Formats: sequence, structure tokens, C-alpha cells
Amino acid sequence: MTAKGITERGVPAWAQALPLAGVFALFFVVPLVLTVMVSLWNYNAYEIVPDITARNYWEAFEGCANRLLSATPELCTTLKTYLTTLRICLTVWLITLALGFTIAYFLAFHVRSLTVQIVLFLICTIPFWTSNVIRMISWIPLLGRNGLVNQALVTTGLAGEPVEWLLFSDFAVIVAFVHLYTLFMIVPIFNSMMRIDRALLEAAYDAGASGWQTLSNVVIPLAKPGIVIGSIFVLTIVMGDFVTVGVMGGQQIASVGKMINTQMGNLQFPPAAAHAVVLLASVLVLIWGLTRLVDIRKEL
Amino acid sequence: MREGRPAAFYALAALFALFVLFLYGPMITIVLLSFQGPEGGLTFPLHGVSTHWFRKLWNDGLPNVDIWSAFARSAWLGLVVMVLTVVLSLLAGLAYRKRFAGSDALFYVVVASLIVPSIVVSLGIGLEFRLVDDAVKKHAPAFLSDGYDTAMGLFSSALGAHLTWTLPFGLLIMFAIFNRFDPRYEEAARDLGATPWQTLWHVVLPIIGPSVVGVGLFGFTLSWDEIARTSQAIGYHNTLPLELQGQTTTVTTPVIYALGTLTTAVSFAVIAVALTAMLTLRRRQARLGSAAGKGLL
Repeated sequence: MTAKGITERGVPAWAQALPLAGVFALFFVVPLVLTVMVSLWNYNAYEIVPDITARNYWEAFEGCANRLLSATPELCTTLKTYLTTLRICLTVWLITLALGFTIAYFLAFHVRSLTVQIVLFLICTIPFWTSNVIRMISWIPLLGRNGLVNQALVTTGLAGEPVEWLLFSDFAVIVAFVHLYTLFMIVPIFNSMMRIDRALLEAAYDAGASGWQTLSNVVIPLAKPGIVIGSIFVLTIVMGDFVTVGVMGGQQIASVGKMINTQMGNLQFPPAAAHAVVLLASVLVLIWGLTRLVDIRKEL
Repeated sequence: MREGRPAAFYALAALFALFVLFLYGPMITIVLLSFQGPEGGLTFPLHGVSTHWFRKLWNDGLPNVDIWSAFARSAWLGLVVMVLTVVLSLLAGLAYRKRFAGSDALFYVVVASLIVPSIVVSLGIGLEFRLVDDAVKKHAPAFLSDGYDTAMGLFSSALGAHLTWTLPFGLLIMFAIFNRFDPRYEEAARDLGATPWQTLWHVVLPIIGPSVVGVGLFGFTLSWDEIARTSQAIGYHNTLPLELQGQTTTVTTPVIYALGTLTTAVSFAVIAVALTAMLTLRRRQARLGSAAGKGLL
């Protein structure tokens, strides 16, 4: 019997997929369409008004061009926010990529027993199933003004007085992101590495390649799909984040996600929608850039 | 492979150990600090050992927040999300083993849902429900619009928001499960005259059961600590992580650590139950499955 036999008896496939498709239509596709639509609407102090206007986009970047081109060029708040977000995003990306790749490499090539591999992999995964906010809060006793790190710095004499920039700062935000999301790099890269035929490494060794040459000419090219998938995860999560930046930045650092969150809180829906559309576009550009580096479909 | 451990192994192992410390260290810290005596503070050194802050959490909750209602809301929502994630992913996973119209498009939508920033999805759902609310208030007949406030809520907008996050994980895991599934088991069942339902219930589900438990684990834990997608789509009553997020800068006693320890304990309990269930199901398979075919060989 072939797969066709299954289709002839029992529930048709489209009916089985229908509930899932319905959820995504109702809570993903329609909301995205509405977001684009409302970003073109007008609004006043009382309500949002159906319209087709570029007002929200225009006002989001109002004065930006003038200030950039003036005698003393400077960035407007919106552009600054986007650049801060992008800067944090790229920093986190580089760190999680380097760290995630190294951890995955260790697990895939240096751990020899499958059981140990699974156990170590689970150890990396378990925190992912616990609360993100708690994992952020748990940095307070370490990084705070009187935290463990500062106590250590002062006692060892490395710092005369407690360092202030450890918590509620860019540094804290980046530490928390790395803490929370390195796993998103480890899993896909580890998955790609496990598919690499070990005979290729032996061949490289027999052909006289050094460890670094094997790494850069064999392992990295073959692990590329995992690297790209992990990067897409990390970049999109960090670009849209407002919780980590809010909690770890002591609500003092601006990010695009926080800006949208604040505008929603003030019931300014059309401007929030416009920023959401710009954010989505930026993320898509980033992903497009990444997929240019590697043709995912070809690599799979 | 070559004999002996290369020097790189020790360097990488040390890095891995540091990474694990980095992952678990902070969590251990707040567990320790939550068991302090009554005069304990937010940082070290520890002031005595007691369950004072847990009792305080139990009796008084957090200032200004009804934490236990939020706790219950999150738990219920997590359970509903878990059940729906398992059922819908399983059904869709079965569907994807055959061909159906729009299967490619649906797959891209599901993957897109994983990639589109959560704040955008959340905002979209929030807008959708507000537009519906406005329409109902303006145009619906009186028996509907009288006393109508909003359709937003825990089991409407928030549930939908959570599913857009848990279902992609569920479906991708289902793909992995069915990639490894041997269809000959189904064929054998069919040849013996089993109906599709009997095949699913007596053959397919017992085989993939342990992995389906994994889908449930993702469903509950992802929902239990979801913030970003819930934020604009929750209505009046917040879930636990949303309340916690608001309390991070205002609560200045270890009671927040006690709550942190408690929610982490819930997560660990769920993980432990899931892993135990997986192992039990595997053992059951080994016990019941091993006899089959032995007599023939």
C-alpha cells in the first residue's frame, strides 16, 4: 500500500490541518494585515479614524533629515532608538554566535559518548524551560551595587569603590540576552554539526590539514545552515525585545520594542503600528542579508 | 578517531563548565537568597536560614498585586495551551504526512510566526480585538452591545497569542517525530483490518507517545513564562510573568526571590513530570514491544 491508501480512508489531510491553519489565520495573518492597515490610519485624541495617510510614518521620523543635514549634524530620537537597538542586537549576535558555536563544537566533536552528549545538551536546554523574567531578576544579587561581583572587585582591590555600570545598563542588557538566548544558537548549530560525516574530518586530517584549517574549510561551511537559523532567531528576538531591555536597563534604555509598547500603552495605535511595520521591515532586511550568505534551501 | 584527548578538549571543556555556571549560577543565587532569615536583603551575605519569605509570600503576596490570582491564571492558561498545542500539532503533523492544498503556504506562515518579532504579533492581535470591540459597540444589536466591554481576555486574545508561539515549536517537533516514524507499522495495522482510528490509537500514538509528551512540555513551559506576545493582548487581568515584570524594580525584599524560586520550582516540576512520563512510556514500549516478532525469528 502507498501513502495514497491513507488518504482514501479516514479524515482528509486538509481537515486535520484546518484547526492549526485557523489559529494562524485568526491570530497571526489577520493581525499582521490589520497592523499594516492601521499604520495608514489617522487618529485624534479620542479615536482612530480609517484613512490612507503617511502621517504616522512621517511623524515617526519627523525632523530627522533636517537635523542630520544641519550645520551641526545630530540624530533624532527615533533614529537614535533604532541605532541603539541595532547596536545591542549586533553585539549580542556576535557574542552568542561565538559562544554558541564553540559550545556546539565541543558537544558535537569532543564529547564521544552519545549518552553524555544528550545529558550535556539537556543541561544546556533546561533553563530555556524556566521563566525568562526570573532569570533576569536573578542577576540582581550578582550585578547590583552591593552584589557579588562588586564585593569581589572591592575586596580584591580591582576597584576602589563599587562599579555602577554593572546593573541597569547596556552591559546588563547584553549579559541577560547572552544568558537567555545562546541556546537558540547552540541547538541549530549542534544539529548541523551532528549531520557532518566524521569521515570528512578524518579525510582532512589525513590530507594534512591543521585543526584550524579543518574548522574553517570543513566544519564551518557545513555548519552554515545551523549558523544562519540560529542567527535569525537571535536577531529577530533581540530586535523586537522590550522586556529584557526594560528590566535589565532599569527602564532607562530605549529600544524599538519599548517605544511600540509605550505608544500602545498611551493608546496611540496608528503610530505604534507604523513603528511595528518599520521594525518588521528592518528584521526582514536582516534576514534577507543572512540568507544571501547562504542559500538555506540548497544547504538542507 | 585518534587516540588521547587533544589539548583543545580541555580548553573547550573548561569553557563549557563556565557556560553551565553562567547558566545556572544566577538561578542558584536567588534560590539561596530566598531562604534567608527575616532580616535578609537583596544581596549577599546571607542573613540566617528560614522560610520566612515564602510564608510572607503565601500570606501577603506582593504589594499592590494579587499574585495568587495571576498564578492561577497562568497555570490554567498554560494547561489549556499545552492541550491545544499537543492536539493541533499532532493533527497537523498527521496532515503533513500526506499532501494537501496550501501545505507549503501554511508551513511558511508557521515559520514566519516564529520569526516575526513578538511585539508586532502582540500589537496586531491587540488591534484586531480593539477593532472588533469598536465594531460591536457601534453596530451590533442592543442585546449584544449592552454591557459589552471587550472580547479581549485570557482565553481569547492571550490564548491565541500563546498558540502563535507554541504551535510552531510543536509542529516542527512533529516533523522530526514523523521523519523517524516507520510507516510499515501502520501498513501492518491496516493489513490486519484496523480502522484509521484504531491505527492511530493502538499503533501510532503508543510509538510516538514519548515525543508527544515533549510537545506538551514545550506548550506549557513556553506559555508559563510568555511575556512579549501576551503584553498587548491580555485585557484587564495580567498573567504571572507580566505581573512579575512590573514588580522587578518596585519590590525591594527577598519576597521577589521567593516568588522566583516558586515559579522556577513549577517549571522544574513540569520538566521532571515530562521527562518521567517520557521514560515510563519508553520503558512500557520496551516491555510490551519486545515480545512481538520474537516467536517468529
